[in-house]
Amino acid sequence: MDNETIASLVKNNFPEAVTGSEIFRNELTLIIKKEYIPEIARFLKENKELGFDFLSDLCGVDRVETDGVFEVVYHLYSIYKNHRVRLKSPITSNDPCISTVTGIWNTANWHEREAYDMYGIKFDGHPDLRKILTPDDFEGHPLRKDYPVDGRQPATLREIYRKDEA
Amino acid sequence: MTAIPATTTTTHLMTINMGPQHPSTHGVLRLLLELDGEMIIKAEPHIGFLHRGVEKLAEYRTYHQFIPLTDRLDYVAPFSNNLAYAIAVEKLLGMEVPERAQHIRVILCELTRISSHLLWLATHALDIGAMTVFFYCFRERETIYDIFEMVSGARMNLSYIRVGGVSRDLPGGFMEKTRNFIAEFPARLNEYETLLTENLIWKKRTVGVGVISAEDAIDYGLSGPSLRGSGVNWDIRKAEPYSSYDKYHFTVPLGKNGDVYDRYRVRIEEMRQSNSIVHQALNILPKGDFIARIPNITLPTKEDVETKMESMIQHFKIIIDGIKPPKGEVYSSIEAPKGELGFYIVSDGSSHPYRLKIRPPSFVNLEALPKMVEGRLLPDVVAVIGSLDIVLGEIDR
Repeated sequence: MDNETIASLVKNNFPEAVTGSEIFRNELTLIIKKEYIPEIARFLKENKELGFDFLSDLCGVDRVETDGVFEVVYHLYSIYKNHRVRLKSPITSNDPCISTVTGIWNTANWHEREAYDMYGIKFDGHPDLRKILTPDDFEGHPLRKDYPVDGRQPATLREIYRKDEA
Repeated sequence: MTAIPATTTTTHLMTINMGPQHPSTHGVLRLLLELDGEMIIKAEPHIGFLHRGVEKLAEYRTYHQFIPLTDRLDYVAPFSNNLAYAIAVEKLLGMEVPERAQHIRVILCELTRISSHLLWLATHALDIGAMTVFFYCFRERETIYDIFEMVSGARMNLSYIRVGGVSRDLPGGFMEKTRNFIAEFPARLNEYETLLTENLIWKKRTVGVGVISAEDAIDYGLSGPSLRGSGVNWDIRKAEPYSSYDKYHFTVPLGKNGDVYDRYRVRIEEMRQSNSIVHQALNILPKGDFIARIPNITLPTKEDVETKMESMIQHFKIIIDGIKPPKGEVYSSIEAPKGELGFYIVSDGSSHPYRLKIRPPSFVNLEALPKMVEGRLLPDVVAVIGSLDIVLGEIDR
C-alpha cells in the first residue's frame, strides 16, 4: 500500500488524532496526539489492510530546546504487506509520560525501557519499567541534550558495583 | 514475563548468576536464573556492561567521523554495520551510488555474512560440546579475514565504506583469492554438516529446544535467521532490496518448528546462498567508479588528493566542515547477519546528526530469550543463546 493511502486511511478513522503528516524520501511520518497512541497502534496492527504486525523500533528524540517536548518515535513494518510507517508523538518535557504499547507488540518492552533510561520518558502501564543500559546508581538520562557528552558520574563504577561488599 | 506454574520438586528455589564472565554467554551478558532443581522458572537478562554511548557520541561527530564507530557495534560483522549506516546517510542525502560500488558492497557484505555465521557455528557447536567444528570454522574464517585485509588494510574493523561508495577500488589479486575461496567453501560446508546435521548428540541437544512460534517471533520482534527459523519468510534483501540485491538469484531458507535445530539449518543454508551471491557478483561486477563523484559530499580518491590542488582542498573541506544533509529524517535497514539492522537519523541541516538511533537486531532477539528458556532445563540456555547469535557490542552500543 502506498504512503498516501496509509495516511488517508488513518486520518479518516482518527480525524482528531493526527495533527500532521509528512513524506520525506518516500517515508511516511504521522504525528499523533499522545492520548491516541494505544488506540491508533491497535488499529494499525489489527486493520486487515494495514497489518502493521512488526514494531521495528521505538525511541525518543530530545526537542526540548526548540519545542519544549520529547518525541516518541515508532517505526512500524508489516511483514505480509511489506510497507512501513513512522509515528511521532510529542510529549511535554515537564511531565514526559505516554501510554505503553507493550500490550500490542511485546517487543516494545525493552525499547521502552531504553527510552526511559536514555530520556526519562515514563511509559504508563509498562509491566517492568526499569533502567536497561546504565548502571543502577547512574544519575540522569544520558541522551538528553542537557547531559554533557563528557559527563562524569559522582560515584565510580567500582563504588556502584561493590557497594554491598563494604 | 510469562508466569510458569512452579511444580516444586525441591524445597526452595535457587537463584544463580550466569555471566557476565561466562564463556557461553558470548560476551558480557548476565543472566539471572531462578531454578527449581535444574528447571528454569525465570530468566532475566541484564545488559549494559558494554554501554559506550555510541548514539550520544554520534551527535558530536560529523557524518564521516561516525563510520569507524559503527565497526564497533556488531564487531563480528563490521562491514554490515558500515553499510547500514552509509545507506541511511545516502538516503538522507538522496544520492545514487555507482553500480560498481554497489556490487563491491554486496560481495563484501556476503563474505561478512559467511564469516559471521562461521563464528556463530564455531562457538555454538563449542558451547554444546562439539570442539572439532570450532577449528574448521576458524580456518575458513581466517581466509575471509585475509581477503578483508587485502581490501581494506584491516582484518576486523574495516571502515571500508564511505558515504557514496567505498574508500578505494578492489586490489589486484582480490578476484582470484575470492574465487578460490568460494570454489572451495561449499565442500567445507558439507564437511561441517557431516559432523553435526545428522549427529544424534547434536540433535538431542537442539531439536525441540527453545521453540518459538511464528506469531510469537513476530510479536517479540525477532528478525533474521532467528525469525526465519520459525518459518516466517521475511528477508530485507528480498522485501526491500538495497545495493542491487534485486539483481541476484538466491533463495531464503526457512525453518519449520522454530527450534534451535531449525535456526541452525537456516544459517547453514544461508552460507550456501551467500556463497552463490558472491559467485554471481564476481561474474557481473561492472567497471566504473567505486565512489560517486559529488563535490562537497564524497571524498576524492587518495591519488587525487596527493596530486591535485582542487582535490586536496575538497578533501580538507569535507573533513573539517563535514557534509550537510538537508533537514529531515530517515530510517533505513538492511539484512545484517543477525537480522534487521536499522539506522534512524534525524538531521537538523548541520554537519552532525541531531539524533542517531541504532536498531540492533541482537538487542531485540535477546529480548525473546526468557520466552524460549523458561520451563526448560539449564543446559538448554546455552544452546538457545548460541542459536540467537547475539553480539553484546551492538546490544549495549
